[in-house]
Amino acid sequence: MSNPKYLRRRVINLFNMAVAIALTGLALFFLGWILYVLVVRGIGYINPALFLQSTPGAGIPGGGLGNAFVGSLIMSGLGIALATPIGILAATYLAEFGQRSRIATVVRFINDVLLSAPSIVIGVFVYGVVVEPSGHFSAWAGAIALAIIALPVTVRTTDTMLQLIPDQMREAAIALGTPRWKVTVWIVYRSSLAGIVTGVLLAFARIVGEAAPLLFTSLGNQFFTGDPNQPMAAVPQVLFNFAMGPYENWHQIAWAGALVSTLFVLVLMIVARLLSASSKR
Amino acid sequence: MSANSLFASAAALRARRLAQGRRMDRLFRLATVLFAWGVLLVLGAIIVVLLVQAWPAFSRFGFGFFTSTAWNPVTENYGAASSILGTLVTAFIAIALAVPISFGIALFLTELSPRWLRRPIGIAVELLAGIPSIIYGIWGLFIFAPWFADNVQWRISDTLGNLPAIGPLFQGPPIGLGWLVAGLVLTIMIIPFIAAVMRDVFDVVPTTLKESAYAMGSTRWEVMRHIVLPYTSVGVIGGIMLGLGRALGETMAVTFVVGNAHDIHASLFMPGNTIASTIANEFTEATTVPHRSALIALGLILFIITFVVLALAKFLLLQVERGQGQKA
Amino acid sequence: MHFSRLTKFATGASLAFMLGSVAHAASVKQITGAGSSFAYPLYSAWADQYAKQTGVQLNYQSIGSGGGIRAIKSRTVDFGATDAPLKEKDLKKHSLVQFPTAMGGVIPTINVPGVKPGQMVLSGPVLADIFMGKITQWNAPAIKQLNPGLNLPNMRITVVHRSDGSGTTFIFTNYLAKVSPAWKKEVGFGKAVNWPSSGNVGGKGNEGVAAYVNRIRGSIGYNEYAYVTQNHMNYADMINRAGQRVAPTAANFASAAANADWKHAPGYYLMLTDQPGAKSWPITGATFLLVPAKPAQPERTKAVLKFFDWGYTQGRSIAEKLDYIPMPESVVKMIEATWHQDIHPTIWK
Repeated sequence: MSNPKYLRRRVINLFNMAVAIALTGLALFFLGWILYVLVVRGIGYINPALFLQSTPGAGIPGGGLGNAFVGSLIMSGLGIALATPIGILAATYLAEFGQRSRIATVVRFINDVLLSAPSIVIGVFVYGVVVEPSGHFSAWAGAIALAIIALPVTVRTTDTMLQLIPDQMREAAIALGTPRWKVTVWIVYRSSLAGIVTGVLLAFARIVGEAAPLLFTSLGNQFFTGDPNQPMAAVPQVLFNFAMGPYENWHQIAWAGALVSTLFVLVLMIVARLLSASSKR
Repeated sequence: MSANSLFASAAALRARRLAQGRRMDRLFRLATVLFAWGVLLVLGAIIVVLLVQAWPAFSRFGFGFFTSTAWNPVTENYGAASSILGTLVTAFIAIALAVPISFGIALFLTELSPRWLRRPIGIAVELLAGIPSIIYGIWGLFIFAPWFADNVQWRISDTLGNLPAIGPLFQGPPIGLGWLVAGLVLTIMIIPFIAAVMRDVFDVVPTTLKESAYAMGSTRWEVMRHIVLPYTSVGVIGGIMLGLGRALGETMAVTFVVGNAHDIHASLFMPGNTIASTIANEFTEATTVPHRSALIALGLILFIITFVVLALAKFLLLQVERGQGQKA
Repeated sequence: MHFSRLTKFATGASLAFMLGSVAHAASVKQITGAGSSFAYPLYSAWADQYAKQTGVQLNYQSIGSGGGIRAIKSRTVDFGATDAPLKEKDLKKHSLVQFPTAMGGVIPTINVPGVKPGQMVLSGPVLADIFMGKITQWNAPAIKQLNPGLNLPNMRITVVHRSDGSGTTFIFTNYLAKVSPAWKKEVGFGKAVNWPSSGNVGGKGNEGVAAYVNRIRGSIGYNEYAYVTQNHMNYADMINRAGQRVAPTAANFASAAANADWKHAPGYYLMLTDQPGAKSWPITGATFLLVPAKPAQPERTKAVLKFFDWGYTQGRSIAEKLDYIPMPESVVKMIEATWHQDIHPTIWK
């Protein structure tokens, strides 16, 4: 076993494995760095007012992000609710029916192009097709813009995961006389659930942090509202305005809001992971 | 008699079930086709709306819009060259760094990590995707860029900056803003997208495949390189596309650290811009028609760039697959 | 089963949607405006207080002057706000009425080792030459001549400007164009311009410029007054049109505003830069409001005007606290006369 060729292979192996560990450490280091900054600057302002009060006007002490948290939840929730079924069904067509046909190739290609659409441009588009015709800014318009951003992410990841389910599984089920839709829902979706959940999570994580597409759609709201027909506040937009504003309490609220929304995404990811893991068993 | 009728009704039931199943099948398929077309429709509609609004700029500047470096909102003279170049350079830096790092992470998570560590680290990496891009921007502006300028940039200038061919790429005042820093921030942002997909696809490689390779005496690296990677190449490319899309279109974080100058410099350390950052900077205040339509034209160009980059990637993938076919 | 429940839900949702729009039209509990980010702190503070006093919520969002103009043109908001005033021709074309709501100052901010806030003084032409890249060193003769007592370092000047289109840039470049023929010819003025000096840096927002100026040694930028006071930034005094050295103070902005001739400015199109008066701060500007001249929903426009009438009178102390200059009472009278004259009479019933 001490022949030089084998030794060389082992050395290469060990080296590459060490590099993999180092790179994982590097990514975690940056995550830790950003989280550290968020905690140090944000923790001081974590209090009930942050969640209960609305965004304060300039120079007015106190205040919170209550209206923005609610607004972000409503709009991101609506956005994901719109994008997920559409995205999964479209991806189902690509992976199950279209496969390598020309139309499926074109849809995949277009979907990838859509992935890189600058979010502000999508906001401008929705302004033209939803806000102007309806005559006013609304949370619905914001949710539609967010859905358009989430859609290609969902399609991309779901398609990728479905394609990796071995055909034998489908064939076995079909041979037993199971209708195709049942095969897809009960066999294919089920075995790729973890991957689909990853896709939906990535999509959610992506839109929950978007500010630019909301500028011309949901506009923002200084006051509390739960009505999706009204302009509605969103956390990233407030973070941007407050972090760029001159007032100290705005800065504090911005950092605290950044910390809370990051923790929220973290909790969401852990919960979704636990759910998808327990349903698999 | 009675047995016969029983059979008959059972057969009828089965036939009904089958017909029902077929009807559901058709419905299901129809629904999926519809939504697949929906994706096409969305992009089609976006492009039509953008084309209409960008038309004044294209008709005014013609093909020169793509090659001109002018950007003068006062004289209403616009060109896209610096934004196009900045977009390509920053996205290239990000992909070049993020792909190997993500691969390392996915390898660690699927092959090396102890079982109990897998989920926490996986979630931690995904969390990088959950941090709003504004936070990356603010962190980049107030913390990363100054740190980079004070501790890293001059070291690079003093070493790489003196090399003959690539030297000019790394020279310039240490202000910590520019293409390189934007590319680095983008790298951190797209890692989770690529790494999460890579991990998921590596996870579904049938164990029998890997085990037979191990049984032949392959090392982990060889199994990774020669079994897992080829088996998942389509999925891996998909993950890279996801990251590339994000890198090309990312707006807020880049705007904070790219320096925002409509210039083209030889150095990666000098302030530049990208298509998305130019749009983000000027769109909300653009009041005249030429200015607005020039910005929308930039958005359209970003689509064209994505189109070309994707087509190239698809072409490469095809070559890879063909190569593998020959080997096998 | 599943499908029918889904359709029921969908019809329910769309019904709620329609009902929502009806309720939305009937009562004026909330009015919506968008535009200028310069005005955002002021309007948000006014709105806070106004809602507490009257129960009427004015939701103002800073989406940029361009966005505000676009939104009011297509009537998707009740009012638009802009730092760059529209010309009378544009107002007529889109049937809009324009008036100023408040004023503020723009300050050259500097980072020069050994120089404390307010120690340095600059003149308009010298400032223009610095931003054009004609003066590149802090110890250049032109700067030395203005500051004989200062120990100026031999250091390269880095110009920092706003990367995003901005009313602050509009006011600043408008001033430079007034005092420097070369600037007017080669650069001009606008919310975004082609910055001529080489190696200049663009920061996003006031905060972006402030961050760069504070960090880059030898840099010069420009910021709104509020950022200078709140962040204790290092700044330079200016020499005004009357040849006097003036510091950036609220009193000196007000002096510039007091000398403004609003009466002879059609549509209130007036720039307050480089005004006469011994105490006038030369880089002063106003922010403007746009409302429809023939409102489709008169009660909403009326609510907007009521709000700003409140702001002109009872909101003065809030404005001053936030480093804005309230409009002088004589100008407010003119503006309110304009409302009655130019906005369709249905609104006053």
